Amino acid sequence: MNLRSVAADPTAATTAPTAELVDATASLGGRTVWSGVNLTVEPGEFVAVIGPNGAGKSTLVKVLLGLLPLAGGEARVLGRPPGEASDRIGYLPQRRSFDPGLRVRGVDVVRLGLDGDRWGVPLPGLGRIRRRRGEDDRRVDEVLRLVGATGYAQRPVGRVSGGEQQRLLIAQALVRRPALMLLDEPLDSLDLPNQAAVAALISSICRDQGVTVMLVAHDVNPILSSLDRVVYVAGGGAVAGTPHDVIRSDILSRLYGTPIEVLTTSDGRLVIVGHPEAPARNCDRHRQQG
Amino acid sequence: MIPAHWAAQGPGVGLNWNLVQDLRQLFEFHFMVNAFRAGTVVAVAAGLLGWFMVLRAQSFAGHTLAVAGFPGAAGATLVGLNPAWGFFAFCGAGAAIIAAVPRARAGTQGAGFSEESAAIGTVQAVALALGFLFVSLYHGFLNGINALLFGTFLGITDAQVGVLVAVAAVIVLALAIGGRQLLFASVDPDVAEARGVPVVALGVAFLLLLGFAAAEASQITGSLLVFALLVIPAATAQRLTARPAASIALSVVIAVAVTWLGLAAAYYSSYPIGFFVTTFGFAAYTLAQIATHRAGGRQA
Ligand SMILES: Nc1ncnc2c1ncn2[C@@H]1O[C@H](COP(=O)(O)OP(=O)(O)O)[C@@H](O)[C@H]1O
Ligand SMILES: [Mg+2]
Repeated sequence: MNLRSVAADPTAATTAPTAELVDATASLGGRTVWSGVNLTVEPGEFVAVIGPNGAGKSTLVKVLLGLLPLAGGEARVLGRPPGEASDRIGYLPQRRSFDPGLRVRGVDVVRLGLDGDRWGVPLPGLGRIRRRRGEDDRRVDEVLRLVGATGYAQRPVGRVSGGEQQRLLIAQALVRRPALMLLDEPLDSLDLPNQAAVAALISSICRDQGVTVMLVAHDVNPILSSLDRVVYVAGGGAVAGTPHDVIRSDILSRLYGTPIEVLTTSDGRLVIVGHPEAPARNCDRHRQQG
Repeated sequence: MIPAHWAAQGPGVGLNWNLVQDLRQLFEFHFMVNAFRAGTVVAVAAGLLGWFMVLRAQSFAGHTLAVAGFPGAAGATLVGLNPAWGFFAFCGAGAAIIAAVPRARAGTQGAGFSEESAAIGTVQAVALALGFLFVSLYHGFLNGINALLFGTFLGITDAQVGVLVAVAAVIVLALAIGGRQLLFASVDPDVAEARGVPVVALGVAFLLLLGFAAAEASQITGSLLVFALLVIPAATAQRLTARPAASIALSVVIAVAVTWLGLAAAYYSSYPIGFFVTTFGFAAYTLAQIATHRAGGRQA
């Protein structure tokens, strides 16, 4: 596969950060969510964004997407103001599952990630469009294979399991060969084996495709071993550092306001114990079932 | 023109086993030719927009738009206008009102849904009440009310067919241009918005088009039976396939088929067209349910 060469932008200077916030402030409905945030994400990094519920993690993602203008400070994404490089960003919103009655296939959802923002309908028979369609078909097949979703991509998307939907959505985010993927809680509402599998998939995409990944997570354990950097959002601000700098009992306990222990396994991996918000107990996500 | 004997006693035609002769009889009168023209145009528009309406789970809004056409048509009759203008004006206005209510986003159902459906339900109740008022203000209108609520295929003029074609052309053109973005915005609004798709504007534009499609369908099936063309073909098609292109095409084909069958059945019998269109649609839907249930519901 030649994904790496396409994903890396030849025009961008190699030293320019993928995402950068300088003294940034975000507010929602007149209330400041966080302020004074400085953050630099380098190309190819795997970054986790963690913090308690309501701290402003999704807000950070929306700022980087350009969906929410900063109330103060500066932001640059892929060398441009947020929102101007949106066709080079893959986004997986914080979400519930698709409606079980939604009669659209998984492959269609992935394909919309590729061409859903184009105007017009593809008319069969026109040579140029047919060629483009062929390329699009191949690209969709390719990402479906990459995330291991080929087997269920033809089924209605509401009818596949949560883990399968998450893989389809990762394929959707990846299909345009983005330089940056913003994944808002993709591991949420998955059982443990699926969390581990999807986490492994994301970190392999980051490594093999050279895509910068920012992943919002409640539980960093599944991805801890492959992280380059952790961003903590809490208490109206955010700090960033390497996992070993900041994944420490004292910092996490202060962050979540509850005792948390960080253990180091015999092979040097970190494990967080007593995490206050395991996905199963995270209640703001399961509303839609009602 | 409607032949006098037909209008007076119902069809003076009988069905026999000679299909060719039956078909020739069907198109013998100009009013019937116009009925088929109008029905086909209306079915195409309804099959297309109904498909997106079912996908977006906005059937309640669609039904309310259809009901909004009733006071429009009754009011137009009251002031001496063609009911068609009343259908279009009131369905369009209803769409504008519903569009002004914040729509529940796919990610935030639960929260916004009750507010939205309460507003839509209110519009529907007001529309029915207004229609009733207009009808009672216009004495001697009692024959017409049946047509407004349950449909008619009599007396469709060439000019009316022209208006239906023009509105349907706008609908088809709009979907040809923005259909893919509308599909994206319907299936996955958050990602579509992040990609720069104008999700909110598309939602408003869709409701307006849906209002016009409902106004068109009302003129064949009547206000209360618009669902026969707007929901049943789309829901049947979506049961049968989850491929968007095939599903949309199937929705249009089913809408046209039940309209043609309904027109033919109404012509050869003395029962209203709305009943037949709905019954044929219901049969198609039931068959699709049974077929896909048999297939284990796993079809793509
Ligand atoms: N539209 C809004 N208006 C006002 N406040 C909001 C809005 N959306 C979210 N908030 C608030 O902003 C804060 C940050 O939200 P969010 O970024 O979604 O948190 P997280 O993703 O970390 O759980 C929360 O306290 C939330 O209640
Ligand atoms: Mg969030």
